[in-house]
Amino acid sequence: MTDTTSTPIAKRPLKWTHVMDHLILILGALFMLVPLLMVLQTTTTTDLETIKNGPEFVIGDQFDDNFMSAMFQASGFSGENTGLRMLMNSLILGIGFALGKIVIGMMAAYALVYFRLRFATLAFWLIFTTLLLPLEVRILPSYEVAQKLGLLNTYTGLIVPLIASATATFFFRQFFRSVPEELVEAARIDGAGPVKFFIDILVPLSQTMIAAMFIIMFVFGWNQYLWPTMVTTEEGMFTLVRGIKQLTQDLEGTNIPEYGRANMLALIAILPPVLVVIFFQSWFVKGLTESDK
Amino acid sequence: MAQVSLKNIRKVYPNGYEAVVPTSFNIADGEFVVLVGPSGCGKSTLLRMIAGLEDITVGELSIGDRNVNHVDPADRDIAMVFQNYALYPHMTVRKNIGYGLKNRKTAASDIEAKVQDAAKMLNLTEFLDRKPSQLSGGQRQRVAMGRAVVRDPALFLFDEPLSNLDAKLRHQMRIEIKALQRRLGVTSIYVTHDQVEAMTMADRIIVLNTGRIEQIGTPTEIYHRPASTFVASFMGAPPMNLLNAESADGRVHLGGDMSVAASTADGPVIWGIRPEDIEIDPTGDIPFTVDIVEELGAHRLLHGQLNGQDLTIHVSKDVVVSAGPIRISINLDAVVLFNPETGLAL
Repeated sequence: MTDTTSTPIAKRPLKWTHVMDHLILILGALFMLVPLLMVLQTTTTTDLETIKNGPEFVIGDQFDDNFMSAMFQASGFSGENTGLRMLMNSLILGIGFALGKIVIGMMAAYALVYFRLRFATLAFWLIFTTLLLPLEVRILPSYEVAQKLGLLNTYTGLIVPLIASATATFFFRQFFRSVPEELVEAARIDGAGPVKFFIDILVPLSQTMIAAMFIIMFVFGWNQYLWPTMVTTEEGMFTLVRGIKQLTQDLEGTNIPEYGRANMLALIAILPPVLVVIFFQSWFVKGLTESDK
Repeated sequence: MAQVSLKNIRKVYPNGYEAVVPTSFNIADGEFVVLVGPSGCGKSTLLRMIAGLEDITVGELSIGDRNVNHVDPADRDIAMVFQNYALYPHMTVRKNIGYGLKNRKTAASDIEAKVQDAAKMLNLTEFLDRKPSQLSGGQRQRVAMGRAVVRDPALFLFDEPLSNLDAKLRHQMRIEIKALQRRLGVTSIYVTHDQVEAMTMADRIIVLNTGRIEQIGTPTEIYHRPASTFVASFMGAPPMNLLNAESADGRVHLGGDMSVAASTADGPVIWGIRPEDIEIDPTGDIPFTVDIVEELGAHRLLHGQLNGQDLTIHVSKDVVVSAGPIRISINLDAVVLFNPETGLAL
């Protein structure tokens, strides 16, 4: 038995239900993938060809040209919104949004779980009901407040109004409640005050939870469209998701829409969330399922 | 080093439940005191009040010569070992042991030296860089001990520290803890529901039941002179035999000719006798029917009937007995009499 490579694989009888299962899966995969492949194909051809022939099966040679123009060529009047600039803005929004939500959510949960607040449960449910009032519902008052505070066209204005998070508060609350009481008591006897306990014990214990939250929130923040569209009017503040729209707008007149460039931007916009999810997948699963305390 | 004194300490929870009725006792410097009782007897509440983790409703608590009613747990100069160890899972053993010192702004070099000392004392040196999850139950328990020892506190508090260990390890740790406490001479309060731990470790035992003290005494006193039927049946395995008897004319009669002198009013009395104070005696005057023989290796327990009342007898492994009628005699000096209404010793 030295040759293990030729071990015969037991043949299973072919079942029609299996074939059906796979057919459904394959169809689903194609349904998700084909639009992406179309985007990819469009980025490799010239705009003229795209407008003449529509999507094709041919892979062109314009990939690098489209990439250069998408990343470094500015559109609009000010010349500030290059792809690179928008990528940076999107990253700032995504990371700021995720970190802000985590910090606020953790601190709120810490207060709710560990301090004898008089109306802690009521406060928690009030926070929880804000899930029913997403930004889209309260966009006008939110905009007015941001405008009055002079936060339009600032990163603060872009991020802060989105930060308060019932989801993060809820997850961290559940997590903190599962931390054994004795740990708090041991820390108290060891002379750790509330701040030290939070930083020395709770934050390190929440690592995986924080990572999981970061992934969800980063993708969520990255994909924000409505709010950035409202608060940013200066082109230098545009995010990618908002900026792509700007490019395909020039359809009227004699201009050929910049399909290659816009699709290239779309591709760039897809990448960071995908990479984050791929690289932090294991943390994500760990954070939401594991309870190693 | 410090003595501890409790004066009329009482605990009432916000829902009105009185966990500890006003309780007073003193613990001498360097003494090892065990609080023992069934679950829900208030022993942990008492310990947590001493630690400062639970508010004292009424009463005065002092450690050393200082009233600590309103002193923060961190400033009471105490160290506590918890049932589930309560080690910080993300810190190495070294950091776990040193965390309390670090919070007290001890210099890093001092911390390292003290941690090394504590680790050496507890045979933990080779595990200093491991995380708690990489240690066995006994090792974790030692780390918890290390965390207490390293601070050199005036008072050790133990909250059922051995109940998560298996029987063999528990036996070993029992001896280690006792030896360590002897060596360091630190006043200690140890809470347990295991009467064996209480008997073997304590200088003095405090038996608690439903939030009140049943008896305070040395293990020998508690064992041989229980103050109530509760103590008699809680301490000792198997528990003391409690039989119904009658008192008449200054003597208490247990059926037949068995009687002891007692200055008690005529009427029913409870007659308590430890299983090992009864022996098989072919010339004895008490008939006893053995129902079950319990084989325990070093000795045997005979369960059976005496005048229709359950009785357990403890005999050494050399005495071979089988079920059936035998005759026994009772060591009358070891008899303890109780009032059947109050349960208190007469």
